[in-house]
Amino acid sequence: MSVLLHLTLRSIANRRLTVSLTALAIALAVAMLLGVERLRHDAREGFAQTISGTDLIVGARSGAVQLLLYSVFHIGDATNNVSWHSIEAIAEHPQVEWLVPISLGDSHRGFRVVGTSAEFFERYRYGRGREIGFAEGRPFSDLFDTVVGAEVAARFGYRVGQSIVVSHGAGEVAFADHDDRPFTIVGILERTGTPVDRSVFVSLEAIEAIHVDWVGGARIPGVSIPTEQLHRFDLRPKAVTAALVGLNSRVAVFRVQRFVNTYPDEPLMAILPGATLQQLWSVIGVVERALLAVSAIVVLVGLAGLVAVVIASLGERRRELAILRAMGASPAHVFGLLALESALIGLIGCGVGFAMVQSGALLVGPWLEARHGLLLSAGWPSHGEWMLLGAVMSAAFVASLVPGFRAYRYSLADGMSVRI
Amino acid sequence: MDDDTNTREASAIAIADLTFAWPGAGGVCLDVPDFKVSRGERVFMHGPSGSGKSTLLSLVAGVLEPGAGRIVVLGQDLAALSARARDRYRAANIGFVFQMFNLVPYLTALDNILLPCRFSCERVSRLEVPAPAEARRLAERLDLEAGLLDRPASELSVGQQQRVAAARALIGRPGLVIADEPTSALDADRQQRFLDLLLAECDAAGTTLLFVSHDHRLSRRFERLVELRDINHVGRRAPG
Repeated sequence: MSVLLHLTLRSIANRRLTVSLTALAIALAVAMLLGVERLRHDAREGFAQTISGTDLIVGARSGAVQLLLYSVFHIGDATNNVSWHSIEAIAEHPQVEWLVPISLGDSHRGFRVVGTSAEFFERYRYGRGREIGFAEGRPFSDLFDTVVGAEVAARFGYRVGQSIVVSHGAGEVAFADHDDRPFTIVGILERTGTPVDRSVFVSLEAIEAIHVDWVGGARIPGVSIPTEQLHRFDLRPKAVTAALVGLNSRVAVFRVQRFVNTYPDEPLMAILPGATLQQLWSVIGVVERALLAVSAIVVLVGLAGLVAVVIASLGERRRELAILRAMGASPAHVFGLLALESALIGLIGCGVGFAMVQSGALLVGPWLEARHGLLLSAGWPSHGEWMLLGAVMSAAFVASLVPGFRAYRYSLADGMSVRI
Repeated sequence: MDDDTNTREASAIAIADLTFAWPGAGGVCLDVPDFKVSRGERVFMHGPSGSGKSTLLSLVAGVLEPGAGRIVVLGQDLAALSARARDRYRAANIGFVFQMFNLVPYLTALDNILLPCRFSCERVSRLEVPAPAEARRLAERLDLEAGLLDRPASELSVGQQQRVAAARALIGRPGLVIADEPTSALDADRQQRFLDLLLAECDAAGTTLLFVSHDHRLSRRFERLVELRDINHVGRRAPG
């Protein structure tokens, strides 16, 4: 064995350019495979923990995924609102510890405006129970105060004290601006990697206030109520889009869910966010599996390249193998020599590939998270990554048998003299 | 029968009733009823290219197996050994010098000389000094400068390569050295010089030398001249 290792290492050193290029190809393929796996894992983890600490989400009766999409991810719109009466009734349920209403429908330069209570910043949890932190400022307290998410602030360079205008309707192209009622930024949130980053938060009362002189999605012509007069109006919300609900005990979750689902005055539904997130992931998870399949194919291409390179070298090495035979090497030695060489190249490729992912995660990870909200963590390989590495190494080992076997057959046919 | 066993024991090579055919080649290529080389003998075997010299040598080396017959090398019947044991036996007891491209190109000259020692403990155990020291001693005897030994084999001239190959064949005193056209890549002057060195070293080690060549001019230096066509009876036997 030691003679084989000695010969293999010398042979590799002698052909270092070809060998390192081959190993590099495998390393890149392995890095891609592991990178995709890690991104996939982190994305799933991050996704599943977009919202945590909330036991139920309540909204108008529709589909569970739909309710989750519009209430948490701000994708799509609610079919119906939930009346304030119902919200109060649910909040009064003995098992309900807290309730944070959410009112959607306006936007700011393409970002959703979320009308909610200041309690939102205390109650909303993401990841493993992490709270939202303030990078700057404080929660809103005055009627026209607003708190913006990290990405909103970063995109437009907002600072505390700046004044912004919200628009009616959602999306990049808003229908009309509420330019008569500007908001003052009083807080900027820390980055969370959740839709919170892309939101502008105002109080529920503010949502009512900017719509007092509006009817059916347009300003009432000729009516303009000065901001000083607003306090005369009843700014309590008449309806909201959804509500996040926390319970005294998780055991009560199905009881409260049934209470909401069978609420007599209004067709409502309550969903368990965790379960629905899983359901949603199973839909978009197809994409990540496809990505993983593509990287697996890239690895196979890399290994095919390895086999091709080693077999191509075999033509020149038949003479060398015949010499080794004369020196007392058995056909098994010859087999081992070529198999060991390929397996070593494969192994080096795996190692370098892993190092690439690791250093990539360390170097690019923070930037990826900051700029694209993609989580790429450095660390020892997870269980899934070990499985992948193991699979690649096994595949490299199987691939290495091909040149090994070919050399074995050559050495049997050639004996001590090359016959071509 | 006892006599026969004794002569086999005393022979470096004893071949009896050997036939061999390359698979798919159609027809027998070697048919050697009787051929012996005594221990310590220096034999020049002559034969034109394509006459089956290399095949005979591969059979003696145990790399090929005969179709029929018996090959005894240094008292050991090769047929009695497994393939793996034949490889070990070859490593321990037979040194080779080929026509050219003798060396593993990516190893240094020194590592090439030491190659048989890596495959055979027996060769190492026959040494009185550590293997690298013995390699350097042989290299010096064969007129190789010490500085050359650490260079990759691919950087040596053909003459230097052949001398490295000779040192490799001789290290650890194998009982038999087989040289297959070792000088045909050298010019006339260097042929003589190489032959001098090889013969001197075989003498010093008491090694049997089987020297194969198509060049008759070299045969003067040997005790015995064998024509391959004299011992190879292919096509001579009556059919049936």
